[in-house]
Amino acid sequence: MRLSKTTEIMVGIFVLLGFIAAFLLALNVTNLGNLSSKQSYDVKVYFDNIGDLRTRAKISMSGVKIGRVSRIAYNQERGQAEVTMTLDSQYKLSIDTQASIYTAGLLGEQYISLEPGAEDEVLKSGDVITLTQSAMVLEEIIGKVMVNLTSK
Amino acid sequence: MILESVRNIGHKTLSIFQRVGQASIFLLHILGGIKSLLLRPSLIVQQVYSAGVLSLLIILFSGLFVGMVLSLLGYVTLVEFGVEGSLGVLVSLSMIRELGPVLAALLFSGRAGSALTAEIGLMKATEQLASMEMMAVDPVKRIVTPRFIAGVFSLPVLTAIFMAVGIYSSFLVGSIWLGVDEGSFWSQMQANVDFQHDLINGFIKSFVFGVVVMWIAVFEGYHAIPTSAGVSEATTRSVVYSALAILGLDFILTSIMFGL
Amino acid sequence: MPESIVTISDLQFSRGEREIFSAVNLVIPKGKVTAIMGPSGTGKTTLLRLIGGQLVPDRGDVVVEGKSIPALSNKELYISRKRMGMLFQSGALLTDLNVFENIAFPIREHYDFPETMIRDLVFMKLEIVGLRGAYKLMPSELSGGMARRVALARAIILDPVLMMYDEPFTGLDPITLGTIVSIIKELNQALGMSSVVVSHDVSEVLSIADYVHILSEGVVAASGTPEELRESDSEWVRQFLQGLPDGPVPFHYPASDYHQALKGGSL
Repeated sequence: MRLSKTTEIMVGIFVLLGFIAAFLLALNVTNLGNLSSKQSYDVKVYFDNIGDLRTRAKISMSGVKIGRVSRIAYNQERGQAEVTMTLDSQYKLSIDTQASIYTAGLLGEQYISLEPGAEDEVLKSGDVITLTQSAMVLEEIIGKVMVNLTSK
Repeated sequence: MILESVRNIGHKTLSIFQRVGQASIFLLHILGGIKSLLLRPSLIVQQVYSAGVLSLLIILFSGLFVGMVLSLLGYVTLVEFGVEGSLGVLVSLSMIRELGPVLAALLFSGRAGSALTAEIGLMKATEQLASMEMMAVDPVKRIVTPRFIAGVFSLPVLTAIFMAVGIYSSFLVGSIWLGVDEGSFWSQMQANVDFQHDLINGFIKSFVFGVVVMWIAVFEGYHAIPTSAGVSEATTRSVVYSALAILGLDFILTSIMFGL
Repeated sequence: MPESIVTISDLQFSRGEREIFSAVNLVIPKGKVTAIMGPSGTGKTTLLRLIGGQLVPDRGDVVVEGKSIPALSNKELYISRKRMGMLFQSGALLTDLNVFENIAFPIREHYDFPETMIRDLVFMKLEIVGLRGAYKLMPSELSGGMARRVALARAIILDPVLMMYDEPFTGLDPITLGTIVSIIKELNQALGMSSVVVSHDVSEVLSIADYVHILSEGVVAASGTPEELRESDSEWVRQFLQGLPDGPVPFHYPASDYHQALKGGSL
């Protein structure tokens, strides 16, 4: 069976439109555009308690997003939560960087905030950040406040 | 009386099983035609035209309006909490995870699926399929397989177009009319929509829907009673069953992909 | 009796609850025109489908060219069908292809011939049915008679050994009817095709058939050459051939007594 030219052209346009749409979606709408174009490296952090932190949570430095959480696991040897952070290669962090888990807004998502250190040596892929501050858990805060109030 | 109704239930159940069995064998038969079809791609191109290109207009318009409506509704709710910057996230996630695959599949079953059922049913009623058999041509492989494959290919393409048009139209309404900040619209969207978790899963849904819609459409057409009443009933059944199957499967897929 | 191309023995077939054939035995000789006649609803078309292997008999055998059709595998059946041609009552042209492509369809599906060869073959067959000028038309642009002639050209494109005609004379104007009758005769004489014509148009059939089988109530009621049947002393055969409204085949479908029914009795 032979096809008419218009049929072939229309099908060509149709398929092309589909590809353009998928391409736009992948690059403009999803995070694919942010990640694949840039080099990244992984750094591990150990926390006593990560609260509600989830994978894909944001990692910020002075409020600027510089990476995301790529893996969360429980490390049995240390008895702590092991969080793997994927960081943008253009940001070099000194080895005494401090990591804390904060909450965005009162009820928002939790994220990791990094405080720059003073050392000259920088973190490489696979390194571990040792200075950490765990997530604030509401019950603990209330507990502390109660203790303070009663001890006065 | 009671025995009679129990018997009735038994009869219905058995006939459902029989139909499902029939449909499964039919699907295998369809898939058996793929090998010889690969040598004649022009057959598929012709059907992509009927299934895909002819559905393009309805998909474009629906995508446009669904995107604009989502934008308006989302804005009204989000602005109360002062988080209208998340409009992009709301629209794109609902478009990519749910509305895109589901609405495109429903529209597709109404536009292409029903036409396919009617076409094959009429070919049966006018003895075209029987005459092919007598010409030693397997009508399932020659007629049904290309249409099935073309449909399964076309729906994800249409879905991608639907999603993109919807998201861009919601951006236009959001930023130009409602004054949402362009930067936060896109950046929050990109920060919260994951390529693999959201977009790929959306396309997996769309592919599954495509298989189911086409399967139902060709099965109903091929097994229609070869009269005008029979073909019209088959067409109705094709659309109704497709819609039910899409919505039911969507629940199952969503709970697997995004639940927990 | 010359060599046979189709032999049907002890054939039984039913559709749902209704028995269509109870025990049919008939032979279709090679190189002749055989007519199968009978009142409507006696399963003449069904018989053709059984010969073509589209339906499977409940009992009995259909042997075509020495092969038992019901016992063939799907693949073997398709090989056998390439040697059969069937003209459907409605023509059954593929509505999305034009006349040329419809006739070329079987060649394109089965062989990888060069385009010029396909062209020659198609135009040869179109010339036989006298529609070479109409090769570009779509099936929807054809009259009923033209559609049937195109379908005929398509049925003979692969030069079948056995040609089956399903009601080829129904609903045609006298001129087209004459054309079809002469084409069937010509194909049979010139190309030596064995033909089976299913019909209830008595005069046309008797004019071209070498043998006639008359089906009734699931069995072959009478067989013979047209001359033999014309001189048959069976009242039933005479009624059928002369088209008398009443006789051994009753005019009325079985029902309760008419006068009783009018008086309010059971129907």
